Amino acid sequence: MTQAPPKSVNMRIDGHEVSVPEGSTILDACRKLAVETPTFCWAENLTPVNVCRICVVELEGARTLVPACSRKAEPGMSIRTDSARVRLSRKVVLELLGSSVDMSLSETFAKLKSQYGADPDRFGPRAPRAAAGEREAAEPGHHEVPDGSAAASVGQPVKVDNELFVRDYEKCMLCYKCVEACGTDAQNTFAIAVAGRGFDARISTEFNASLPDSACVFCGNCVGVCPTGALMFKSESDLRERGEWDESKQTVTDTICGYCGVGCQLTLRVQDNRIVRVTSPSDHSVTGGHLCIKGRFGSTFVEGDR
Amino acid sequence: MLWGSNARETHPIFFHHVLKAVKRGARLYVVDPRKTSTADWARAWLPVEVGSDIALANAFAHAILAESLEDREFIGRATSGFEEYQKVVERYSPEAMRSVTGVDPDAIRLAARDYATAKNAMICWTLGITEHHNAVDNVLALINLGLLTGHVGKWGSGLNPLRGQNNVQGGGDSGALPHKLPGFQDVEDDEVRSRFERVWGRRIPPKNGWHLTQMFDAMEHGKLTTLYVIGENPAQSEANANHCLKLLRGLEFLVVQDIMMTKTAELADVVLPASASFCEAEGTVTNSERRVQRVRKAVEPPGEARDDIEILSELSKRLEVDIGFSTARAAFDEMRMLSPMHRGMTYERLEALGGIQWPCPDETHPGTPFLHGRLQENPVRGPRAKFHPTEHAPPVDRVDAQFPIRLTTGRRLDSYNTGVQSGGFESPLRRGETLDLSEDDARKLSVLDGERVRVVSRRGSVEAPVRVDPSLRPGLAFMTFHFPEEVDTNLLTIDATDPKSGTAEFKASAIRVEKL
Repeated sequence: MTQAPPKSVNMRIDGHEVSVPEGSTILDACRKLAVETPTFCWAENLTPVNVCRICVVELEGARTLVPACSRKAEPGMSIRTDSARVRLSRKVVLELLGSSVDMSLSETFAKLKSQYGADPDRFGPRAPRAAAGEREAAEPGHHEVPDGSAAASVGQPVKVDNELFVRDYEKCMLCYKCVEACGTDAQNTFAIAVAGRGFDARISTEFNASLPDSACVFCGNCVGVCPTGALMFKSESDLRERGEWDESKQTVTDTICGYCGVGCQLTLRVQDNRIVRVTSPSDHSVTGGHLCIKGRFGSTFVEGDR
Repeated sequence: MLWGSNARETHPIFFHHVLKAVKRGARLYVVDPRKTSTADWARAWLPVEVGSDIALANAFAHAILAESLEDREFIGRATSGFEEYQKVVERYSPEAMRSVTGVDPDAIRLAARDYATAKNAMICWTLGITEHHNAVDNVLALINLGLLTGHVGKWGSGLNPLRGQNNVQGGGDSGALPHKLPGFQDVEDDEVRSRFERVWGRRIPPKNGWHLTQMFDAMEHGKLTTLYVIGENPAQSEANANHCLKLLRGLEFLVVQDIMMTKTAELADVVLPASASFCEAEGTVTNSERRVQRVRKAVEPPGEARDDIEILSELSKRLEVDIGFSTARAAFDEMRMLSPMHRGMTYERLEALGGIQWPCPDETHPGTPFLHGRLQENPVRGPRAKFHPTEHAPPVDRVDAQFPIRLTTGRRLDSYNTGVQSGGFESPLRRGETLDLSEDDARKLSVLDGERVRVVSRRGSVEAPVRVDPSLRPGLAFMTFHFPEEVDTNLLTIDATDPKSGTAEFKASAIRVEKL
């Protein structure tokens, strides 16, 4: 088990020298210096996909801004994380996201919006919601040119097709985290992928089947990684709909799953003595943040008729 | 090598780790009578006949020895009994075992070669190995392969039973076995007993107790008349359920302590409602990696339900043998004092390290990621590891003209045992109990997918809908016991048990299917 310690890479971030192990990313180096670098699509238990572009930084000598989350640290790199160019880029990313996607449940978004002075409303009022099935029916290339009176949006009705979790794609920012967790980064079930092109791009099951008719095994690892609340426990969604979701009344407790002998750590969020959400810490040695259907959704028997 | 394990469905998060390794180039072999979703990820699936695992393991050994791929240095330095073992496996050539195991000799040779020559190799098994009348021999046959190739006692190698319940490991570790005190210390060892007696201030009966099967035997012979059942549902989980129910009903006094009003609880004279240990109580559980982890109270138990340890404490006072504590932590601290392998595990350290793998002899010890490292030392510390030659013995319930189909049982992804817990959530994957049959058998019996049939064994019969399952070969059927209210599969299963472990042969019954 003994391995040679990895070589280190020396670089500069905002003028400060920093040394990180070979293989680290610019994001790792930023975090080592406590330089705040925002992310949406990055997670420590998933492979970076570089799609949200909020983590971009300026690399001296590079033509374009680079994503800090995936770009590997190289010797002698000089990075600027708070230049006017970086700030402008992040501001526009936030405005485009905020104008087209319901980011209301993302605390990160709210914080960044004020930090970068982003004004998502400047593209006009959000276009009305699409009817159910309308976005899924869009054909590539067949688009009407928008008249500019309203900001295009991904608005659409919530998909409720099972008792475990709901899909509110009006809140989907296409960060791909759910696809990664369903695919090669954890579950390897491949029930969902991105379908469509351009603004029609969306998370979809095969042939847009309902989840119970798809390959989905309801591990809920997609729910676990979703940063915007687009994928949500039905228990949580119902409480929110009734206006009863109240984080001030909630407790969060770590324990171990009561089913098989693998020993997955569960983080139980409880409101009014009911388990309303189950996650697992992404740095846990057993789970890496991922659970199965029993661990994720199977604890509710304690609330039943006993 | 996953042997008798459908980990993709029964240990899904463990299998995530397997998949990571497979993507990095690890070779996965799956030994299972069914072509499971686990087998779908394998380099090769070895379609072993139900109950022929010893024949297959011995054929592996034969193939390894035929190509001189055994680890001679390790065998000579760290093991004993090799010659005797070699003599037995000589009779188990892959060719000769073809008709017994149903596995192609070339497939055996390929897998055996890969296993023997891998830098690190691991065999993991589940109930496919242990739910047989010769369960212990099955396990020994796999251990022999580890010893033959030296794949034990080092990082990334070894022999691992994947535990089926969240604390089945911890239960055994803490003495819930008829012949062991906490820390696997022998009840019949006078020195061990006297250490416990000094702390407990009581005499401990100097003889091994009965395991589950022996308890049922004792009930049958009127030697056991009072039973106290904690967190178990034998009325539905035991094989040959009719017989088991008769014995439970014949008891003079039955106490059941459970989180639910189970079928067993319905038979009880006294029911003690308990809190759910994983989220309504404090304590520890121990997983398959021997990692002792903290469980914590997140919700209040309903009604009059109380913590198990509190109930035991109160009971001990009424019986005038006060155990002297009523919290899980105090019980754990007492165990640390008496069980050397737990000694270094304070609650503070368990919290700080996110669990500790035993043995952990003192408070500076980091825990032990793998066992038997001493076998890799030169010279070996302590006794040598012994080969235990084992012989093939087919399932007790013979397949014949009257009962022509082999029924094996198991779990599905979204359900668990008798459904006491997993019945509490609405799984979109759930389709109720079915008799899963191969396409071939369904055709021969002229039954259609979804058609209700009667399933008959030598012990009982049930009605169930048929599901045609392409993962099954002709002559093999599959059921679970997740839905005993709908279909009580254990009316069919056989209570032939392993003499040492007491486990029944749930994996091998003989049935026939009758049209309704």
